[in-house]
Amino acid sequence: MSGMDTARVAMSGMDTARVATSDAGALRVAVDSVAGSVHSWDLSTGVDGPGTRFVVFTQGCPLRCLYCHNPETWRMRDGQRIESADLLTEAAKYTAFIQAAGGGATVSGGEPLLQPRFTSALLHGFRELGLHTALDTSGYLGVRADAELLAATDLVLLDIKSWDRALYRRLTGGELHPTLTFARRLAKAGIAVHVRFVLVPGLTDGSANVDGVARFAASLGNVERVDVLPFHKLGAAKYAALGLPFPLAETPSPTDAQVREAREHFADHGLRTY
Amino acid sequence: MTVTAQGARVEAWEGFAGGLWSDAINVRDFIQANYTPYSGDGSFLSGPTSRTTALWARLEAMFPVERERGVYDVDVHTPAGITAHSPGYIDRENELIVGLQTDAPLKRAIMPNGGWRLVANGLAAYGIEPDPRVAEIFTKYRKTHNDGVFDAYTPQILAARKAGIITGLPDAYGRGRIIGDYRRVALYGVDALIAAKRSERAELDARWADEDTIRLREELAEQIRALGELKAMAGSYGFDVSGPAATAGEAVQWLYFGYLAAVKEQNGAAMSLGRVSTFLDIYLERDLASGVLDERGAQELVDDFVIKLRIVRFLRTPEYDELFSGDPTWVTESIGGIGADGRPLVTRTSFRFLQTLYNLGPAPEPNLTMLWSPQLPRGFKDFCAQVSIDTSSIQYESDELLRPKTGDDTAIACCVSAMPVGKGMQFFGARVNLAKALLYAINGGRDEMTGALVAPGFEPITGNYLDYETLDAAFDRVLDWLAETYVHALNVIHYMHDKYAYERLEMALHDRDVERTLACGIAGLAVAADSLSAVKYAKVRVLRDASGLATDFETVGEFPAYGNNDERADAIAVGLVDRFMAKIRRYPAYRGARHTQSVLTITSNVVYGHKTGNTPDGRRAGAPFSPGANPMNGRDTHGLVAAALSVAKLPYEHAEDGISLTATIVPSGLGREPRERAENLAGILDGYFSSGGFHMNVNVLDRTTLQDAMEHPEKYPQLTIRVSGYAVNFVRLTREQQLDVISRTFHESP
Repeated sequence: MSGMDTARVAMSGMDTARVATSDAGALRVAVDSVAGSVHSWDLSTGVDGPGTRFVVFTQGCPLRCLYCHNPETWRMRDGQRIESADLLTEAAKYTAFIQAAGGGATVSGGEPLLQPRFTSALLHGFRELGLHTALDTSGYLGVRADAELLAATDLVLLDIKSWDRALYRRLTGGELHPTLTFARRLAKAGIAVHVRFVLVPGLTDGSANVDGVARFAASLGNVERVDVLPFHKLGAAKYAALGLPFPLAETPSPTDAQVREAREHFADHGLRTY
Repeated sequence: MTVTAQGARVEAWEGFAGGLWSDAINVRDFIQANYTPYSGDGSFLSGPTSRTTALWARLEAMFPVERERGVYDVDVHTPAGITAHSPGYIDRENELIVGLQTDAPLKRAIMPNGGWRLVANGLAAYGIEPDPRVAEIFTKYRKTHNDGVFDAYTPQILAARKAGIITGLPDAYGRGRIIGDYRRVALYGVDALIAAKRSERAELDARWADEDTIRLREELAEQIRALGELKAMAGSYGFDVSGPAATAGEAVQWLYFGYLAAVKEQNGAAMSLGRVSTFLDIYLERDLASGVLDERGAQELVDDFVIKLRIVRFLRTPEYDELFSGDPTWVTESIGGIGADGRPLVTRTSFRFLQTLYNLGPAPEPNLTMLWSPQLPRGFKDFCAQVSIDTSSIQYESDELLRPKTGDDTAIACCVSAMPVGKGMQFFGARVNLAKALLYAINGGRDEMTGALVAPGFEPITGNYLDYETLDAAFDRVLDWLAETYVHALNVIHYMHDKYAYERLEMALHDRDVERTLACGIAGLAVAADSLSAVKYAKVRVLRDASGLATDFETVGEFPAYGNNDERADAIAVGLVDRFMAKIRRYPAYRGARHTQSVLTITSNVVYGHKTGNTPDGRRAGAPFSPGANPMNGRDTHGLVAAALSVAKLPYEHAEDGISLTATIVPSGLGREPRERAENLAGILDGYFSSGGFHMNVNVLDRTTLQDAMEHPEKYPQLTIRVSGYAVNFVRLTREQQLDVISRTFHESP
């Protein structure tokens, strides 16, 4: 919690991290606080990166994925405005637990890179607390992740939603290439990546599509694992609550066999796949 | 207690390293000198033999009948005792370990020393006629514990009991929570134990005949008599247990005879086993090394033993079953932990006990309890976590908190009550309802459900809005009254229990001079804490009925809830635990017992909730409390870890009888593949127990499974879930309890 003493509220734009040496000689990073829009924070295990993690879900996302199960996180203005320093104070309550349990902290969303300064402040703050850090992103706004942000990122959970560009556009409303560019940049920087691929029957499960993602992931060299996430409809109720139509209401969840097949596809490329 | 050397012993103890234990009764020393720690994984384990499977199948065929009728059979003619029944078998030719409570499996005995009313009600509930001669004896000639208690209760205790502010008292049933050191029977044989008891008694001959000495002398005489009966009972099965066990098979058998004698004569609320697995491992390892046993045979012995433990039965009433959810016996076995010298007490037999949950399927009994430490070997941790994920049948307690207090030969009685085996016992005291006490503070001692005056001498709080300082001061005064009434009742109960239903066999397997604790308890902690938080941080308006009784509350504004690792609310809960413990300590306990306290409800949180009106936290009248020390259902909004850290703040030094947390987790909430799920669960346990947590039940399940089990109980005869310190068969819960379990937070991420 030492870092909290020096955390302070910054003017907008002052999201720089600086390194200071304490009297005891230990290296500390004093992180300037940045305000951000947040949906919630939580502690989770095994689903937002390895182990038990303190997870901040930022609010706002530039994509509108057809299968999104968190539509309430789309608009940044619907979030709760909160200082990164306050979230770090909260995270500090869990540092000892997480260090004993194994795990770390994750910035997820929404899309964290919609708020890169805020995300960077959180990642630097987490690292200062001694926590393993992860960034959960679609990579669509990868260009906004500057060197400083990446310097505090141990792991990127990267959604590659489709290999087929037209399908990617149809699926998300955005373009594929920024994600690929970001992935190559992470490879070059030697930052570990877990690729996530949502398997939607009739949409993303085409053999060429899966193969494209797998081949690309295997070519990078920094992909430690691939998670094939079976599409589910648990978010349907949220659409109803928001008065929005759920585009994939009629789409079935993949069968176990379909999921197994997709996983084997990735594994065939030498990727550790779950 | 000294042990005199005998010839048979030399042979039985061959290969064991000697020590203090060779000359005096000291099982812990024997274990420390002889056990072989195991740091590997579970890959050495064996599946069930066809003999084991066939034996278990015979019983499984009987369970549906038992479930349907409530009881399979009852012997109404024979008051229970160690030698009361002739030998019974499941399948004589195919049993490795023998001995049943009566002359047939699942046939229950009557134990009227606790109280005739319990027996009569128990029989009536199942449409069984009592034997008039036995009824006459226990209503006319032989006074019972229950009679004695009601002779000495005060009107105030009766009123508090009736209102349910003090509740679940062991005044009509056996107090239990006493663990005989059944290992002594195997290690020393009964003759040596009798000799040791005789010398303990001889020491008293020179003592002046005050009440304590006379009582103790009589008790020792009873203990010696019970040991003689144990020998006779074993003899009826064709075994001579006068000398020590010479093989692993004998060690299991001797130990089981000791336990069997206890459950033949006592219907205690919890009849726990102790800490036997690593003790038995020494015998199993010796036989494995000499080649007379292989792994398959070793596992088979453990499986057979566990089959016996699974069919311990008592005759109880449906109301009792409702309070405790099902028909629990709490055959708790404590496994693992770390020795004082730093060596883990994990052996291969620790694994073998867990393996029974695969070989025989999941089950609530025996109540397998892992004494957890981050220092346990990795292989064992991961195996435990895997077993939790697969069966939800095990619970965890902090060896880090236990070891410094009660040593490295501590066992858990019931769910969370720690005691050094053979050296300490407790006077079980059930619990008081703190949520109701808070309402009494508002209503000047009148009960919010009935309007009856239960706690005299208090003024009701007037005014439309509750003021924190005023309420807290009134609550404090009610708690004073409650602590006094409560300890008073417990003293009466345990005086009478010692007098009319003394646990002579269990106490024969203790040292003479035991430490006694008076185990008090609190329920409704989360409701009381959240209600106080509501009054402190939001605005609470009181709604009164025509008689001026506060019956409902209107709470406006947000308030922090206990269970989110939020200091504002958690400090209130911590303060309540501290405060009530301090009040209890003020009232001297029977027989010099040391006061302790638990935050534990088993599943009685549902029943207590039933009897408690609307509370200022917004909980509706009749709605269940959260179990044990859990936050209220749905109010812990940041997941299991945040809730767990709130619970971990409750001070163990003021709740030494245990603090229970039930964690319900869906498998997908632990990770994506089986191995990482097990590792992550082991990590959570490391995190919790490193943070000062005391106990955790782990239920790993999904909502669909439970909903399906409610509709189709026949498909899930063995579905076991853990609730506040105890595993229960889900299909044996009432529908209301099932819904309560389902509505509990599933700790899924957004």
